[in-house]
Amino acid sequence: MTINAMPQPDVTLFLPLSDDVINGAKLIEQATNWQEKYRQIMLLGKKLPNLADEFRHQDAQVKGCESQAWLYHQQIDGQHFYLADSDARIVKGLIGLLLAATQGRTRNEIAQFDVVAYFENLGLNGQLSPSRTNGLHALSQAIKSYATKTN
Amino acid sequence: MTDCQFDHQAIRSQFPALQQQLGDNPLCYLDTAATSQKPQSVIDAMNHYYQLDNANVHRAAHQLAAKATLQYEQVRVQVQGFINAATTQQIVFTHGTTESINMVAHGLTDLFKAGDVILVDGAAHHANIVPWQALAKRTGANVIPIPLDSDGCINHSAYDALLTQAPKLVALSHVTNAMGTINPVKAMVAKANNVGAMTLIDGAQAVAHLNVDVQSIDCDYYVFSGHKMYGPTGVGILYGKLDALEKLTPMLTGGEMIKTVSFDGTSYGELPNRLEAGTPAIAAVIGLGAAITFLAELPQTLIHQHEQQLIHYLQQQLSQLGDISVYGVRPNNDNIGAVAFNLADEHHQDVGILLDQQGVAIRGGHHCAMPLMQSLQIKGCCRASIGIYSNQQDIDRFINALAEVKSILL
Repeated sequence: MTINAMPQPDVTLFLPLSDDVINGAKLIEQATNWQEKYRQIMLLGKKLPNLADEFRHQDAQVKGCESQAWLYHQQIDGQHFYLADSDARIVKGLIGLLLAATQGRTRNEIAQFDVVAYFENLGLNGQLSPSRTNGLHALSQAIKSYATKTN
Repeated sequence: MTDCQFDHQAIRSQFPALQQQLGDNPLCYLDTAATSQKPQSVIDAMNHYYQLDNANVHRAAHQLAAKATLQYEQVRVQVQGFINAATTQQIVFTHGTTESINMVAHGLTDLFKAGDVILVDGAAHHANIVPWQALAKRTGANVIPIPLDSDGCINHSAYDALLTQAPKLVALSHVTNAMGTINPVKAMVAKANNVGAMTLIDGAQAVAHLNVDVQSIDCDYYVFSGHKMYGPTGVGILYGKLDALEKLTPMLTGGEMIKTVSFDGTSYGELPNRLEAGTPAIAAVIGLGAAITFLAELPQTLIHQHEQQLIHYLQQQLSQLGDISVYGVRPNNDNIGAVAFNLADEHHQDVGILLDQQGVAIRGGHHCAMPLMQSLQIKGCCRASIGIYSNQQDIDRFINALAEVKSILL
């Protein structure tokens, strides 16, 4: 039996986020109670494309998440693009929030992205703070490290 | 639910951590199987030791050392009584269940050879799997999981069949970590003894909820942690039959465990010190003693009834809520302390996050029992677990919070 190497999604799959996703982040910020915030987070997750099963590969897994999360990266003309998915709905929504702040940005923009302040501004500094074991910290580190390791 | 033929609130009020508010909600703590909260008397005993009695044990002749040593050794006597061991020599202080199992697996290395069989409970948590895998790697022995039925409980005919392979050691959980199912360890150990296998029982999830009698179980080794039975973290117990403990090569060597040391050769001391190298977690041992005192002063039968009523109530309320799968439930075999469940097809982490938002603390994940999750064909599950201090209000709050989660997710 041969172990298949991690497949890489085609470069054409790495796209700017739709306006829908960008607006989703605003709806989370505006939600007036926690139930509504979480509903909006999960709706945001739904708006992200799903990774095909072949790309739910263990080598693409972000460690440090209680749920499973997968992350791919492409640099296109100095901009950084990500494809990511999770088997948990809230984590997928959090990925949407992270990508709303990083997708298509430059290396410097991503390096300077302040995750903690960003989540505080969204009113998500309790359970969803990056210090919790929801994978937010690991995911934001992985997004930054992809961008800063490439030129 | 009939409750409280005794003053339960008087017990609950001894746990300061349970009185707190988390964000907008009072804490609803249903994660006792991960670690229990500590009564004031345990906290006070440790404080008292550090404030007044702090000295190293078994060394100096001065008065303070004598006081510390006396208290430390008194806890050994308490533990002996707590699990009904024959002598105090058989009670070894460790840093927890995981270390206790590692000490046995490491200490038996020289007695294992290629092809020897080690049977391990298929529902065991990782602490009772990985040390045996490491022993197998060192010696060429084989670790064979004891198969589970589809409900997550041990398949006893499969166990009987495996015993015909003349295993050298059988490692079981007394109560499973993930689901709170009880294994009939006495009957299982008797069968293992009949084929000459050594036996180790992981009692981490049992000692807080059941009366444990190691002589009646008749196992070679019984291990548990202090922090799941209202004591502090950092202390655990390795109980063994005398000959079983004598067999162990010490995993740690150094001070405290020696008889004489010279550069020509060192001879080890007697049990139990031979297996207690270095300065022990003295304050934690004293805290464990206070936890045993705390438990001993409670009406045991009523407490067990109370916990059983709560678990039944929890199971019943979960089933009334609907869209819930419960794992590890078998007629005529009560679950102890914990209920494992999933809400429809929802991810346990989503459920856990949304419960936490309402101040309800449960555990979601694979519960350090990935092989068990594989046999149940799930990625993970939620576990609500209770302790001596839990009450019906905790269960009601949890069920209401879960109903809210259900309305958000489904």
